[in-house]
Amino acid sequence: MPAVDPASPSAANSGTANSGTANSGAAAGPARDTPAARKAVLAAAEIRRALTRIAHEILERTDGAAGVVLLGIPTRGVPLARRLADRIEQVEGQPVPYGSLDVTMYRDDLRLRPARALGRTDVPAAGIDGAVVVLVDDVLYSGRTVRAALDALHDLGRPRAVQLAVLIDRGHRELPVRADYVGKNLPTSKQEVVRVLLTEVDGEDAVVLSRAAPAATASTGSGA
Amino acid sequence: MTGTWLIRGARPLGGEPADIVVRDGLIDSVGGDGGAPAGAQVLDASGLVALPGLVDLHTHLREPGREDAETVETGTRAAALGGFTAVHAMANTEPVADTAGVVEQIWRLGRQAGHCDVHPVGAVTVGLAGAHLAELGAMADSAARVRVFSDDGRCVSDAVLMRRALEYVKAFGGVIAQHAQEPRLTEGAQLNEGEVSGRLGLTGWPAVAEEAIVARDCLLAAHVGSALHVCHVSTAGSVEIIRWAKSKGWRVTAEVTPHHLLLTDDCADGYDPVFKVNPPLRTAADVAALRAGLADGTIDCVATDHAPHPVEDKETEWDTAAFGMTGLETALRVVQAAMVDTGLLDWAGVADRMSRRPAAIGRLPGPGGALEPGLPASLTLYDASASDTVDPRAHASMSRNSPFAGRVLPGRVVATFRRGAPTVLDGKLA
Amino acid sequence: MNRHLISAADLTRDDALLILDTADELARVSDRPIKKLPTLRGRTVVNLFFEDSTRTRISFEAAAKRLSADVINFSAKGSSVAKGESLKDTALTLEAMGADAVVIRHSASGAPARLAGWVRGTVVNAGDGSHEHPTQALLDAFTIRRKFGRSAGPGPGRGGSAPGGALDGLRVTIVGDVLHSRVARSNVLLLHTLGAEVTLVAPPTLLPVAVGAWPATVSYDLDSALPKTDVVMMLRVQQERMNAAYFPSVREYSRRYGLDGARMAQLPEQAIVMHPGPVNRGVEIAAEVADSARSTIVEQVANGVSVRMAVLYLLLGGAEAQS
Repeated sequence: MPAVDPASPSAANSGTANSGTANSGAAAGPARDTPAARKAVLAAAEIRRALTRIAHEILERTDGAAGVVLLGIPTRGVPLARRLADRIEQVEGQPVPYGSLDVTMYRDDLRLRPARALGRTDVPAAGIDGAVVVLVDDVLYSGRTVRAALDALHDLGRPRAVQLAVLIDRGHRELPVRADYVGKNLPTSKQEVVRVLLTEVDGEDAVVLSRAAPAATASTGSGA
Repeated sequence: MTGTWLIRGARPLGGEPADIVVRDGLIDSVGGDGGAPAGAQVLDASGLVALPGLVDLHTHLREPGREDAETVETGTRAAALGGFTAVHAMANTEPVADTAGVVEQIWRLGRQAGHCDVHPVGAVTVGLAGAHLAELGAMADSAARVRVFSDDGRCVSDAVLMRRALEYVKAFGGVIAQHAQEPRLTEGAQLNEGEVSGRLGLTGWPAVAEEAIVARDCLLAAHVGSALHVCHVSTAGSVEIIRWAKSKGWRVTAEVTPHHLLLTDDCADGYDPVFKVNPPLRTAADVAALRAGLADGTIDCVATDHAPHPVEDKETEWDTAAFGMTGLETALRVVQAAMVDTGLLDWAGVADRMSRRPAAIGRLPGPGGALEPGLPASLTLYDASASDTVDPRAHASMSRNSPFAGRVLPGRVVATFRRGAPTVLDGKLA
Repeated sequence: MNRHLISAADLTRDDALLILDTADELARVSDRPIKKLPTLRGRTVVNLFFEDSTRTRISFEAAAKRLSADVINFSAKGSSVAKGESLKDTALTLEAMGADAVVIRHSASGAPARLAGWVRGTVVNAGDGSHEHPTQALLDAFTIRRKFGRSAGPGPGRGGSAPGGALDGLRVTIVGDVLHSRVARSNVLLLHTLGAEVTLVAPPTLLPVAVGAWPATVSYDLDSALPKTDVVMMLRVQQERMNAAYFPSVREYSRRYGLDGARMAQLPEQAIVMHPGPVNRGVEIAAEVADSARSTIVEQVANGVSVRMAVLYLLLGGAEAQS
């Protein structure tokens, strides 16, 4: 059986945009950055404000979130989707359906690493037919995760429209994908690693930037 | 042609170096002033152990009938390369060696091949069917001079028939060699019944299937005053029974195979049928008891039970594979690893268990089995300090089913002489 | 790390939990309108069945197809195997066809192990002689986990899910012909790995001589075991065993070791009844028990597809594991 330990942070990272990090071997530990090499790019308060702004933008552009379904891409897209849903409900007074969409089975880089543990796919009971699906993820990088998410959606139903909300857009797109809602644009080099930390998963809210550890076997950027 | 040989610096029975002179097929001198007789060929044997030519009481040469696995020619080549000057060829050929005609054929084939003496074993029952005695007397009187009779491959399980056979051979000093396997307890059996067979899901072969027959036959031999030889002893219980029988003064002898001195049923992990053999490999406790039994003489000799099989009979799933392992070319090396290097037996002991006693049990004519002046110069020169990885593809046997393939074993047979003529020199057929 | 699944002993506790968690997720694919995932597209899975078993073969076939793999079915009857082609030659033929995985069921213990030496693809043991049937043990563990509320579910953890638990502390009693049962062997190994307490109940003739070395308690008395178990797993007993003197008559076997309605009433309230199938109604299990609410026999079959999907995905869906 593959050597994936689903509880390890490195395995958790494989579902996010930053799978081009030092964590390419499933059994490898987290990227070895020292505190000095880590640079905080966004603090908790800025994350909060960005999410609030995105929630308002969603409401504006979807005419009050009519027919909207928020689907977070595991791992960290999921708590982000829930936070957006909460804010939208606070503002509009109406709950908006949200859930999760695991894209592991649809990735185009499956064969590059041992088989990965699956995240949970939880689509709200009303389904997605005719809905405006807003995919939510933490980092948009190569665009491949989003492509996989579009394929996954295709097998679940036929939305009226699909939009994309991300907390960080770090550039270096490899596919024609763009985000509709962006928390922050963060120009980066490919040698850098962007990590979004969220309280629900990591115990704190922050976005940190560090250099990739030299031992990384470079898999082509396979992030969102 | 037997010339004159000076074998210089050999260590007879592992002892001090001494020169051995061979002349006219006999040992002329052992130790001596080191002068080379006129016209002698000189063989530098410094450091080599000299043993009397090995005698195998239990070999399957497969001819007639299964020449796809081995022939008398290829089998005796393998024997010579293993240091053997005489082998007893078991009777489970096709046709079975149950008549004077077939045993004489095998005997003649051995003489023609010329690599080592072939003494055919005669079947106890017609066709090995266990129902009627074969013409044991005719086989004894034939040119092959059969003295050892065995249905090996099958057990003479009928108690009355075994009794009659034991009685009958008294007339000409023969011995019945029993393949002890109670058939009903071993129907469909594949591997020693124990922890490994339970885990691997293979039908078990209980030790009692061997021990019950050994005990019965010892008692029968005692009762009728005859000689019993127990083939391929494989369990600690059998060793104890034989020890008990001998303590009573009964005429029981026994043999053990090299593989049972070294390998256990754990080898079956992975289901490679190269480890499938009858009787099966047993536990470490059995291996220890067999080694102790060979060391103290309860087990009289090592016999290879060389059982060649073609690739298609072994390269299958375990259940359908044939039973048996080759052994002539690795026997002495395995005995060194299991008995000499572990301090259980010295080279004099090896000479006794692999030459003197098997010759006696086989009732071989003429003197022999020792390195003494005046005796036939049948001897083996062996380099105990060598070691290499066993590769069956380099074997002279036609078959490749050796359980030691890929394993490092000590020792190398350097030369074999049979009545003064070399059959093997420098590790190759002469 | 092991690229073949030949024995339940090939799986560590983490491996087993990963398979079960993955199966939990994949089980929901069958609720979708499109019951397919693209993951094994372009891979070829060969079902090499030397023994008849429509159910297991269909289960593996469904599992492979739901992952978009190409499936080739090879059954022994009427094939070149029936005409005496050796296992090795069959293996070489499969190699030539480019099989990525071979799912093999064979009547000889050890056949998958031999096959693994002759093919480059992944070998999945679908039952070999009396040796093992690891995917059966996995689907049994999956079933037990579900019934006792320990499956993976939604949660705050990674991927929006909480991984499922193991079977620690659950008591499982396996009843029947343990000696000849590959289901028993795989289950004893896997249940032990997952922390369950296993008891084996059988007449002495149907227990291996060295069963004392197995990680299980042994009893000859079914009635004393039933009140103290959470799961009772009945094994199929073959009538041919009667002719080989393993037990005197079907009637006596059934009386002493059969699970009838009266015995079922002795079970604790939460206990479930399992059977790998096919069932000998009236021999090891009464019809009323097989059809009762406690029985998971039908669910086990459905769970088989999800579990086999998980196995195929984890063995074939990523980079080739080193063997």
